Amino acid sequence: MKKQNIFLIVGFAISIFLAGVISNYASSSPDGLEKVAGDIGFLKDAKEHANADKLLADYGVKGIENERLSTGAAGVIGVIATAGVSTGLFLVLRRKNGANK
Amino acid sequence: MHIPDGFIDIPTSLAFAGLSASGIALSLKGAKSSLDEKTAPLAGLTATFIFAVQMLNFPVAAGTSGHLLGGALAAVLVGPWAASLALTVVLLMQALLFADGGLSALGLNIFNMSFLGVWVGYAIFIIVKKLLPKNKSSISVAAFLAGLISVPCAAAGFVLQYAIGGTATFSITQVLTAMLGTHILIGIGEGFITALAVGAVMATRSDLVYGYKGTTQILETRVRE
Repeated sequence: MKKQNIFLIVGFAISIFLAGVISNYASSSPDGLEKVAGDIGFLKDAKEHANADKLLADYGVKGIENERLSTGAAGVIGVIATAGVSTGLFLVLRRKNGANK
Repeated sequence: MHIPDGFIDIPTSLAFAGLSASGIALSLKGAKSSLDEKTAPLAGLTATFIFAVQMLNFPVAAGTSGHLLGGALAAVLVGPWAASLALTVVLLMQALLFADGGLSALGLNIFNMSFLGVWVGYAIFIIVKKLLPKNKSSISVAAFLAGLISVPCAAAGFVLQYAIGGTATFSITQVLTAMLGTHILIGIGEGFITALAVGAVMATRSDLVYGYKGTTQILETRVRE
């Protein structure tokens, strides 16, 4: 169990580091679909996202002026939220599995 | 790869939302039997890691970037059912919190990335693994090819959706050629990241890797025979 915990903690720490720090070095060029849509001509059909003005839209925290901090904080929040929701879901599913047996 | 609102019409989006909902229901059932107290936290970590790495766009060609989809990676680590759920959680987070991927396009995106990406990746992994000698480095090679091929297939999913319900009427062949060309390049990056991540888990906790556990079980059965 201890070995398992170390593995999970290291994995979580790597995820925090990637989303919180390395994300600032990511390419800002359009992604594959966006590029193709732009080249062919249907990019203009894209509608603005319904949540475009929400707190975390486009991987930045609204109100944090410093771009690095803003992206990093959004990444860290996303990692924590994803970890919470997904681990919760999988633990519930596992428990159901145990109950069925 | 995340489709925004507006590219695909609402009826098509709704149809794919229905397909994706059925897929999620099946995956919830399927994942139950593959999750135990060791693999359930790993599945959570897999979703978390994929969210983080999806933020890291890498350049692929002039003015184009791509990022990990993670379907093949998740399938190898935790099996296809739990992998589809992990990807779905990531896509929900991105659409709801980060305005990445349209809300009306959620079913389209889940179909392409949580199901096509995961199951194509898983199928390629299993096939390549069978063709190669049964050892740890074969797992990495199979993971590389699974990642590589899963991306253009997920991209082809978009082309299918565009062919059915694209709001603009450009030639499907043109869209298909452009999408495949770009996403084969992104797939190479996907293959490397998938092989690297699977290799790292294999080096530290190979007992947790779903795609490797199958290998050892097959070996055990043969010994008994």
